[in-house]
Amino acid sequence: MPDSQILVEARREMEICNACRYCEGFCAVFPAMALEREFSTPDLTYLANLCHNCQGCYYACQYAPPHPFGVNVPQTFALLREESYRQYAWPAPLARAFEKNGLVVALTTAGTLALVLLLIGTLTSPGTLTSAYSGPGSFYNVVPWAAMTIVALLTLLFSLSALTIGGLNFWRDAGKNLSLRSRDIALGLLDALTLKNLGGGGHGCNNSDESFSQSRRYLHHAMAYGFMACFAATCSAAFEAYALNLPAPYPLLSVPVVLGIIGGAGLIIGTSGLIRLKIITSRAPAATELFGADFALLALLWLAAASGLMLLAFRATDAMGTLLALHLGLILSLFVLLPYSKFVHGIYRTLALVRNAAEGSN
Amino acid sequence: MTVKMSALSGIEGRKVDVLVVGGGNAALCAAIAAREAGASVILLEHAPRELRGGNSRHTRNLRAMHDRPEGVLVETYGEAEYWDDLLRVTGGETNEELARMTIRASAGLPAWMEAHGVHFQPSLTGTLSLGRTNAFFLGGGKALVNAYYQAAAKLGVEIIYDTEVTDLQLEDGTVRRVTAVSRGFPLTLLPRSVVVASGGFQANVDWLKEYWGEAAENFIIRGTPYAQGTILRNLLGQGVQQIGDPMQCHAVAIDARAPKFDGGIVTRLDCVPFSIVVDRDGKRFYDEGEDVWPKRYAIWGRLVAQRPGQIAYAIVDAKAAKLFMPSVFPAITGATISELANKLGLAPSTLETTISTYNKAVQPGNFDGSKLDDCKTMGLEPPKTHWAQTIETPPFIGYPLSPGITFTYLGVQVNERAEVLMQDGKPASNLWASGEIMAGNILGRGYLAGFGMTIGTVFGRIAGAQAARHARN
Ligand SMILES: Cc1cc2nc3c(=O)[nH]c(=O)nc-3n(C[C@H](O)[C@H](O)[C@H](O)COP(=O)(O)OP(=O)(O)OC[C@H]3O[C@@H](n4cnc5c(N)ncnc54)[C@H](O)[C@@H]3O)c2cc1C
Ligand code: SF4
Ligand code: SF4
Repeated sequence: MPDSQILVEARREMEICNACRYCEGFCAVFPAMALEREFSTPDLTYLANLCHNCQGCYYACQYAPPHPFGVNVPQTFALLREESYRQYAWPAPLARAFEKNGLVVALTTAGTLALVLLLIGTLTSPGTLTSAYSGPGSFYNVVPWAAMTIVALLTLLFSLSALTIGGLNFWRDAGKNLSLRSRDIALGLLDALTLKNLGGGGHGCNNSDESFSQSRRYLHHAMAYGFMACFAATCSAAFEAYALNLPAPYPLLSVPVVLGIIGGAGLIIGTSGLIRLKIITSRAPAATELFGADFALLALLWLAAASGLMLLAFRATDAMGTLLALHLGLILSLFVLLPYSKFVHGIYRTLALVRNAAEGSN
Repeated sequence: MTVKMSALSGIEGRKVDVLVVGGGNAALCAAIAAREAGASVILLEHAPRELRGGNSRHTRNLRAMHDRPEGVLVETYGEAEYWDDLLRVTGGETNEELARMTIRASAGLPAWMEAHGVHFQPSLTGTLSLGRTNAFFLGGGKALVNAYYQAAAKLGVEIIYDTEVTDLQLEDGTVRRVTAVSRGFPLTLLPRSVVVASGGFQANVDWLKEYWGEAAENFIIRGTPYAQGTILRNLLGQGVQQIGDPMQCHAVAIDARAPKFDGGIVTRLDCVPFSIVVDRDGKRFYDEGEDVWPKRYAIWGRLVAQRPGQIAYAIVDAKAAKLFMPSVFPAITGATISELANKLGLAPSTLETTISTYNKAVQPGNFDGSKLDDCKTMGLEPPKTHWAQTIETPPFIGYPLSPGITFTYLGVQVNERAEVLMQDGKPASNLWASGEIMAGNILGRGYLAGFGMTIGTVFGRIAGAQAARHARN
């Protein structure tokens, strides 16, 4: 397969950076780059996914446009990352989901919402959506237990498999056959969890101009840890329901609800802030053609969190049925889209950080 | 456009405390210092915003004295050693009083810079030797310039881009009026104090031609195209005392495929010590292995400038290909010497003869690229005294070399208060200078890595503070 235009461009820019190296202190990309003399396709894929898009090296670049060298690493790497999402997606035909990804996310969400409503419509008695319920098991009056479990579980299993296979595909190319020690994996995970490299050498990212700020890093933390808390809430709810036989909904001071509230709040704060930053960010170092995908995932997460919190707030009213249907539809959409949205960047980024840790310690 | 026009008409004819001419490191330090001393400040930068920052945006570090490890600076680097280094590179062409003052003041620079938004990083890979003496800017000179512009704007310095100062009208050692062309429109200002920090004249090819003749057409300017020397010439024409050899410029050998301006650091080629260098006629002309590269870096620009067509070619074989930093331009390769010669536009037979003569002269030795080793030639003129290895393993690799001009030495004379001196030895009453335009006072010859930024920062701060004090009295 001939190298894509963007790959050729990434190679050109890395050759300039490798002769310059002024940005070495910003992030892991430049020291990793300096280990190479020539850039193979997997090397470039790896470097692009190692980039956290802090934009520091754009504002600092003496060769940024209008210089004839036209170096714009964050933009080029964003486009190359997106190419790698398509390249490694599983099953391969679904890679097309990354084209017009914003639209795909929107349509999928509409589809899952319709599906949930359809299930409710066919499996429950009329009027279910508009009645209030209370007491243990009341959610299952809206969506029958079996339907909820089977659909959610199958989707999630498929998505997790797709993510895993995508990750393995990526590693086969970009992992360089490195033998990993548990220390490398731990270090890579730590870098991913702290977003050390989004710190621009400790001073933060450039959001809209030359000034540095840690806000993007902290907002991403709020979102990512919020997401994890919500996931933990779901798991603990499942545990209580199936293992302890305590069906939802749960009281305010229960593990699932507390985790859900914290996680939901984190998601709302994180995604709202990141959407705002994306709106005010300078277009120059950005890959605007990918904004659709970026906004779509942020919006979906925001909606999922907001509907969850609303459900909690109004579960004793007759809005409960509708809210639950909405929330479940959004969560289902999220499950479906995990491997076919910007979400995948977390997988490839972490793997790239693991390779970086392994190379650094070798 | 209306906004810009009104901004302009807002300053036309205005009386301002301090006017700073230029937009690089020296100018920004002066503007910040003046504003912090309470003066109103306008800074006029010839370049548009995207290309602001002169040569300073291509820099990477600054040399700072330190008596104990400090921040990114390791071990110690005291005044005596710093002064020795300066004395060695300048061969004594320096003003000891100004030089020692600069060296001492350099100790306080990193803290001042950090307080104004500049961040540092450990010395870059491949430059470990500088980790003790030089503090590297995180992201390089453009990041530094960005930080200063932000700090200046925050303090309330008025920054106007796209504005070339064309005349500082001097009467009896006092600047009466400043004339500029701002985005194509004429602009007059009546500042109380003026700081000139407009760099050298290295980008003015016509001026270079006065000393170098037509050869200057083939020079490549490593930094900003805006270093035209307009104000330098303007001042020297009005009785300001000049300093520094007008004939001299700092020139290094760079890849001939570099753009005419602003190629910066990436166009450099470190392969010379491991290569043989031939001119357009395919003949060697100088000992490529005379000394370690950092010490010989600067003579090769001049050597190439003196060859016909101002061009030369460094040639290595596959053995040596990985001994130096990769170049930004692809290596030109050939499976045979004659194929390479054809690609470089050299006569194959001459190059073959040059290389086989050289190969025969190479003596056995223990190659060590990191120090002056014992690999040399015998019976060859000119000899290659270190790192001489045969050139016989294909593919053969060639890089074209051109003279790359870093800066010029000609400047205005100043005293320790950064006051510009007139030919009668008296300081001008309201004119200060900083940076490249006065660096010749201290660095009259040669080059000391990171010293240009040190001079600009030290004198920028002094000039700004003095100019503000004068304006407010
Ligand atoms: C590739 C390269 C790398 C270098 N690396 C280093 C390094 O690592 N460390 C170091 O110490 N030194 C380095 N130097 C030298 C260093 O760049 C200079 O010593 C230093 O930048 C000089 O600063 P300055 O502010 O005096 O001049 P400049 O930074 O060149 O600024 C001059 C400014 O004046 C403006 N100007 C000129 N004429 C006018 C006018 N008539 N009206 C208005 N504005 C005008 C220009 O647009 C420009 O903004 C390097 C030089 C080059 C070319
Ligand atoms: S982004 Fe620009 S300044 Fe930074 S290393 Fe690359 S070429 Fe150099
Ligand atoms: S993480 Fe930031 S500094 Fe590093 S390559 Fe990406 S945009 Fe550049």
